[in-house]
Amino acid sequence: MNTHKTYSKQFVILTGLLIILFILNISVGSVSIPTKDIFSIILGDESIKNSWKDIILTIRLPKAITAILIGTSLSISGLLMQTLFRNPLAGPFVLGISSGASLGVALLILGSTAFGGYFLTSTFSSWSIAIASSIGSFLVLSAVIIAANKVKNTMSILIIGLMFGSFTAAIISILSYFSEAAQIQQYIFWSFGSLGNLNWNELSVLAGISLVGILFSLLIIKPLNSFLLGENYAKSLGINIKQSRVLILLITSLLTGATTAFSGPIAFVGLAVPHVAKLIFTTSNHKILIPATAITGAIVLLICDSIAQLPTSELILPINAITSLFGAPIVIWLLIRKKKLYV
Amino acid sequence: MNKTTIHSIIKTKDLSIGYQQKKQQLIVAKNINITINQATFTALIGKNGVGKSTLLRTLTKVQQPLSGNVYLKNKSISAYSHKELATELSLVLTDGLPESQLTVFELIALGRQPYTNWIDKLQANDISKINWAIEQTEITHLKDKKFYELSDGQLQRVMIARALAQDTEIIILDEPTAHLDMHHTYKIFLLLKKLVATTGKTILISTHQINLALELVDELIVMKSNSIASGRTQDIIESNALETLFPKDILRFNKTLQQFTVNKKN
Repeated sequence: MNTHKTYSKQFVILTGLLIILFILNISVGSVSIPTKDIFSIILGDESIKNSWKDIILTIRLPKAITAILIGTSLSISGLLMQTLFRNPLAGPFVLGISSGASLGVALLILGSTAFGGYFLTSTFSSWSIAIASSIGSFLVLSAVIIAANKVKNTMSILIIGLMFGSFTAAIISILSYFSEAAQIQQYIFWSFGSLGNLNWNELSVLAGISLVGILFSLLIIKPLNSFLLGENYAKSLGINIKQSRVLILLITSLLTGATTAFSGPIAFVGLAVPHVAKLIFTTSNHKILIPATAITGAIVLLICDSIAQLPTSELILPINAITSLFGAPIVIWLLIRKKKLYV
Repeated sequence: MNKTTIHSIIKTKDLSIGYQQKKQQLIVAKNINITINQATFTALIGKNGVGKSTLLRTLTKVQQPLSGNVYLKNKSISAYSHKELATELSLVLTDGLPESQLTVFELIALGRQPYTNWIDKLQANDISKINWAIEQTEITHLKDKKFYELSDGQLQRVMIARALAQDTEIIILDEPTAHLDMHHTYKIFLLLKKLVATTGKTILISTHQINLALELVDELIVMKSNSIASGRTQDIIESNALETLFPKDILRFNKTLQQFTVNKKN
């Protein structure tokens, strides 16, 4: 598609904002470190206090990068779901994909006690949690898609997604009922969402998966755009519908599964951010929307994380609470102001 | 048409259409042997529920035939991949578009997808085809608008432009004047007629505007529950195929006027 007008102004402003927020995010915390010294630490200056170096390099920098990766991944997932289902209310959460990821993790953490306690003493590596989460989200998403092929009605698909959500929630309650307090606590803390649990190794795994997902999403720009005309037109344009649908679902479950695994189920970003991007860029062309949504998602999660820090305090609020606290009003405001949300 | 030789472009042979429901076949129509000729404006007419949409869906490979075959340019349509088909025939459907922020230009540009690369980059040739389609359908003034700002008549011309930009020999339109007033209905019919004359494309529509079709199209396909006939409009009229199209209690075909008229109360 021809983009006709250029969007470089929006992109430059958002990228600038992203850089500023990134620096701001690293600067805030319970220990105040001058921005000048932060730069020196990142650039490898050895003369800075070791405690400051530790704070920046092992805590704040990985957390800020996690925020960017997760904001980007979840937002792109939401965009893909909205286009695939041609429904502006679609997102990883609404369709039960995140519940699937939660179920996977719950089965791993809680199931170990419920089913005989073989793993009772082991703590789970981020790898096994990531795999459990990805399998869970992929399975639920596949189930939603099989159901979607049968009903064809978008409203029913959303309801089916919600039903899968409550279904998995029920299984999780049963598992919790039979689990040890320590396991329940581990699961609940995972479900609060956190951007700060990743070391550099885990971060590189997350970064790898996210980058693969994002790169693949760029490869399906063409079918995504054709879906804007509906599936029949897309087919008449020579698009392989089934293959594109499977690709979209695979990318979404990869991105949602990986992010949910490492940071817990983070609400609202996937649903709200694509709409913010569509509002700023006023386009539906995925060639613009994918990078736009990616940057906007990174910005939104950096902001949420900075708020969750409660600057100058020791306390860190669960990131999940913050995203919902701000996400829900944003969606309501968008609906009231624009009266319409676009696919 | 003053062509000396007429070539068929779509042909069906003993075609049976309908739906396969597990072990049971739901036959909508059978023994369909029709021909659509190159560079003609053809209208498919028939009463509601007789299977016009099913026939169009089968002709365009959206749906599989129950038996028999559809030939496009003497090659069975099942031998075409969807990608190949996209360069042979383009569609204007009755499906509503999802609510997106596509502009008219972008929407028409999507018609170039069979020719663009993986990232949908428009080359000079694509842009000139799009602009040509925009000129042909006289929508230059609309090109930067969002498609949801358009009236039904304008949107229909945009969808026709999109089909034109797809650069196919055949364009098939399912009830292109369904929601349009009389003025815009004429406008669409005249536009399609002009396109056939100036571009040599083959255009097939399904329509309920039978009087208008009788006046403007080159050929008719008359679909009735037990028979289907195709041919030049005059030949169809001569063959008395239209007399039994509808029950005679309300409408009657008037051969002198070559129109359907409402029965006068006695």
